[in-house]
Amino acid sequence: MTFLRVEYVYWLCGLVLVACALRELRAKRFAHATFWGILAAIFLLGDAVKSAATHGSVLPQQLAGIGVIALGLIAGFLRRAPVADSVPDRERRAASAARLGRRLFVPALIIPFGTLVFTLLQPFVHVGGIGELGRADATLLALGLACVLATFAALALTRARAHDAIAETGRLLDALSWAALLPMLLAMLGAVFAATGVGEAIAHLTAAAIPVQSRLACVLAFAAGMVAFTVIMGNAFAAFPVMMAGVGLPLLIGQHHAHAAALGALGMLTGYCGTLLTPMAANFNIVPAALLELRDPNGVIRAQVPTALWLLAINLLLIWFFAF
Amino acid sequence: MNYWPLLGVAVVVAGFALRANPALVVVVAAIVSALLSGLSIPDLLALLGAKFIDSRNLLVLLLTLPTIGLLEHAGLREHAANWIARMRNFTFAHLLIGYLAVRQILSMFGLTGIAGHAQTVRPLLAPMAEAAAEKIDPDLDLDERVRIRAFAAATDNTGLFFGEDIFIAFGAVLLIYGFYEQNGMVLDPRRIALWAAPTAIAAFVVQSIRAIKFQRRLHTQRDQGRSRE
Repeated sequence: MTFLRVEYVYWLCGLVLVACALRELRAKRFAHATFWGILAAIFLLGDAVKSAATHGSVLPQQLAGIGVIALGLIAGFLRRAPVADSVPDRERRAASAARLGRRLFVPALIIPFGTLVFTLLQPFVHVGGIGELGRADATLLALGLACVLATFAALALTRARAHDAIAETGRLLDALSWAALLPMLLAMLGAVFAATGVGEAIAHLTAAAIPVQSRLACVLAFAAGMVAFTVIMGNAFAAFPVMMAGVGLPLLIGQHHAHAAALGALGMLTGYCGTLLTPMAANFNIVPAALLELRDPNGVIRAQVPTALWLLAINLLLIWFFAF
Repeated sequence: MNYWPLLGVAVVVAGFALRANPALVVVVAAIVSALLSGLSIPDLLALLGAKFIDSRNLLVLLLTLPTIGLLEHAGLREHAANWIARMRNFTFAHLLIGYLAVRQILSMFGLTGIAGHAQTVRPLLAPMAEAAAEKIDPDLDLDERVRIRAFAAATDNTGLFFGEDIFIAFGAVLLIYGFYEQNGMVLDPRRIALWAAPTAIAAFVVQSIRAIKFQRRLHTQRDQGRSRE
């Protein structure tokens, strides 16, 4: 009997989104209420949609597709509610920080360490079919559980009410705005690109454009292709099979006898240099810019350019000297 | 071969260049690419819906927001900053290099979800880094604060990306292994993970040097500011 399922985490996200949507509705911010409401519906009904699709009914999936298009259209109309950070607010926070002191770290640390403990315990616990969960699902479930515990700890520590927790969540979500959604949309775009053959087309063009007898040209084309394709897709995982099938396997391994294990690992890491450079890797580059209230949405990318270029150069040297 | 779906990529590039709303750009690019590949409208809608639902795991960071919001309201960021300000011999570079090392080592063991921009960077690392920088130069302007926060986020990303590939059960190693296996080459996953080690060390060294240089720049700026007075 499996009663622990990763869907519970999504349902919880859906409930949080419903609460935030209702809060926006009360504030008469209808674009925001609709935006978070659609997203809440997708989280709450996602599993029903998936099981309908496996039973041959694609209509719910199509409705979800319409919802995605609506999210894209509304995104441009989201405006951040004015944040009142007055002097009394700041004084109150400073006083509260002095009063609660180190105890403030406890709920914050419950999230990472709770996740860690629950993840590590997974192989030893045999209730509710935990053992049958995949590693990724188990981690999500652990994170969800740790977040619930941390929320209760934070409520107890700060003596706040559940209503305050929703208000604070709404404030942070409002700061994130559409950036919160971008990782999901980009993952969807990556899957659409894969389904429509964009990857193969790029690999074809690259392989047709380079002098294949030159080992240097092949290495440079492979590395440039990994970086460029990662920048476009926002994900080195999407770029890897494409560039390996187009350039790595036929040319570098087949013709120039590269060392497969080294080329694979270093090729993937070359793609990661691209991840540091692209707004398409939204959860790493655009979401933190919103979270940290940088005025420039590309601020994190700017801070990463030197690291990415140095590591790209080092990776090229490693491929050149160790993969052959 | 049908090259027309590549126009979806062109939509992304043009959209970002024109500074259109990124969420809208991505949706339009997906529609363009799908239509040009010959998909019908009903199939296109189903594809968008199905793939969006499949990526729900990317928004689970949402569940950290109630805790972070409540704690921030109660002064978490102020306390994190005070805590660093009190530790006299703990510098900006110590903080960032220490965080980088911990993040990289945890990622090596596959513990990637334990830190992140919502969980650790916004509530802890960023205010601590600002406080550590204030110990050098008490009159930081907003531009400098923004650069410090961005550098903290960059340090988290660097630690995560260039640590996780050494972990054998991590997706990257399994993807590489799986790709070769499909093409009739069976490799040892441990060999693949091992080849990620040189770049992991290089990433640690490069980012650490940048943290030290960042700190030196803060010192120089303060000295220049003083000599002007």
